[in-house]
Amino acid sequence: MDRKLAVTGLLFVLPSLAGVCIFVLLPFADVALRSFQSAVSRDWVGFENYRAIFETPAFRLAAKNTLGFTLACIPLLVAVSLLIGVFLQRQKAYGGILKSIFLMPMAIPVASVVLLWRCLFHENGLLNMLLSPAGVQPADYMNSGYAFWILVVSYLWKNLGYDIVLFMAGISGIPQTIYEAARVDGAGEWTCFWHITLPNLKPVLYTVTVLSLLNSFKVFRESYLVAGDYPHESMYLLQHLFNNWFREMDFDKLAAAAVLLVLVVFCLVSLLKRAWEYEE
Amino acid sequence: MKRRIILSLLMILAAAVCYPIFFLLAGSLMGDGELTEHLGAVLAGGEGLMTWSVLPLAPTLRHYVELLLDSPEFFQMFWNSIQMTVGILAGQLIFGVPAAWGFARYRFPFKKILFTLYIVLMMMPFQVTMLSSYLVLSGMDLMDTLWAVILPAVFSTFPVFIMYRFFCSVPHALIEAARVDGAGELAIFLHIGLPMGSPGIISAMVLGYLEYWNLIEQPMTFLKNKELWPLSLYLPNISMDRAGVSFAASVVTLIPALLVFLCGQDYLEQGIVAAALKE
Repeated sequence: MDRKLAVTGLLFVLPSLAGVCIFVLLPFADVALRSFQSAVSRDWVGFENYRAIFETPAFRLAAKNTLGFTLACIPLLVAVSLLIGVFLQRQKAYGGILKSIFLMPMAIPVASVVLLWRCLFHENGLLNMLLSPAGVQPADYMNSGYAFWILVVSYLWKNLGYDIVLFMAGISGIPQTIYEAARVDGAGEWTCFWHITLPNLKPVLYTVTVLSLLNSFKVFRESYLVAGDYPHESMYLLQHLFNNWFREMDFDKLAAAAVLLVLVVFCLVSLLKRAWEYEE
Repeated sequence: MKRRIILSLLMILAAAVCYPIFFLLAGSLMGDGELTEHLGAVLAGGEGLMTWSVLPLAPTLRHYVELLLDSPEFFQMFWNSIQMTVGILAGQLIFGVPAAWGFARYRFPFKKILFTLYIVLMMMPFQVTMLSSYLVLSGMDLMDTLWAVILPAVFSTFPVFIMYRFFCSVPHALIEAARVDGAGELAIFLHIGLPMGSPGIISAMVLGYLEYWNLIEQPMTFLKNKELWPLSLYLPNISMDRAGVSFAASVVTLIPALLVFLCGQDYLEQGIVAAALKE
């Protein structure tokens, strides 16, 4: 009977697994192989492609920016959404509506807001209009170092609701009795937050961080639609580089970079997982 | 008092967060003259600063009429977007739902490894699979067809993971009882699994819809023929001198996504939470 059930289970999974193998796993194995070969002759070249990537200035710039972007936006997003989540959880009357509003950007197609972006950050645009009475010198935001921060803000805008929902779900899972007991013992709001809310949210914090990290790869959409293949160098991300390599058919570099990216994502996810499980 | 201040701060922030929608709506209802006056500074060669008003002075539906009656290419793109989205979601239903059920309710060799593999794949950004998808798609001669966008997305492992979470919560006793009564495994899946897991299926579909209505990277990489492009790629290419049409097109693109969001918000939230929290 057990055997029969195992076969049935496999049969349910099989069609999907076959598709994953054909469309993802097998071709990726081919890519991994190509990362050690020359793109033209497909001769074995060892680690030559990997060495070539690291010597490309564009790669160093893109890697630096992507790392900087991740380090800037993830802590910011996690902190802000945690803060808002904690407050919304207590807002009985408006909490639900506000949560919906914060979640809404998730549904707004990137292409629809490109227009707003162009108007907002143009040299003669809305932002300069708003700031000029304050005596701020107008700037061409998309073509300056500000471009990086525009990307950060747009990432926050898009993902705030997602993380708030996660935190609110986590907070609602903390038993109210713990808070009541603490309040009886005279604990204030801050003490409750530091010693009850935060420790209890640790597992949620882990998943929020990982998911935010994954979603951070998608900012490419905004930056590509607004600024094209070669944006201001402060927002030239790895995604742009991959895209440009693809267009120029630099398949050997692309293959090696894809393998590296897999390793990095895999390490990050398992490292974070290890860290939190250790804490628990 | 402190609470009031926090609440008003949150409301201001919320207003800023949803402002883009109102901006687009207002722009789409303005006449050409009004738009030129406001946007003159941003359009090519303009001088001075751009201006804006929250509400159009003389609201008009002209741009919608122009878009819907005189822009056949817009319909083409809209239709492409629908074909892609529906194709992907239908494929995910056909392949993903049984897979999620299999992972959730059966024990078989290598299950743990396979499922971990699914989770790892779900985490990978598009750039990782860009080249491998291209190789397999051009090998199958599917490049420059809608299938090039649809097929790899059908086998995305993310919906499997979401639905898995919901299928796991179907009570074991229920399934055992059905087995004792002599129900076949397929009947159990169809008559117990599907109805009880439907919130999970809807969650995965809502999340998927919002994702695939918004596809940029995949069509950009796999479709050279612009006639196959979805709305999400076409919109930014409407030139600024047709600003009114551009505004109207943005709003029309936004509407289906917003409708799905408003109708499916509960499922959306459940789906987000299912991906993250351990039960």
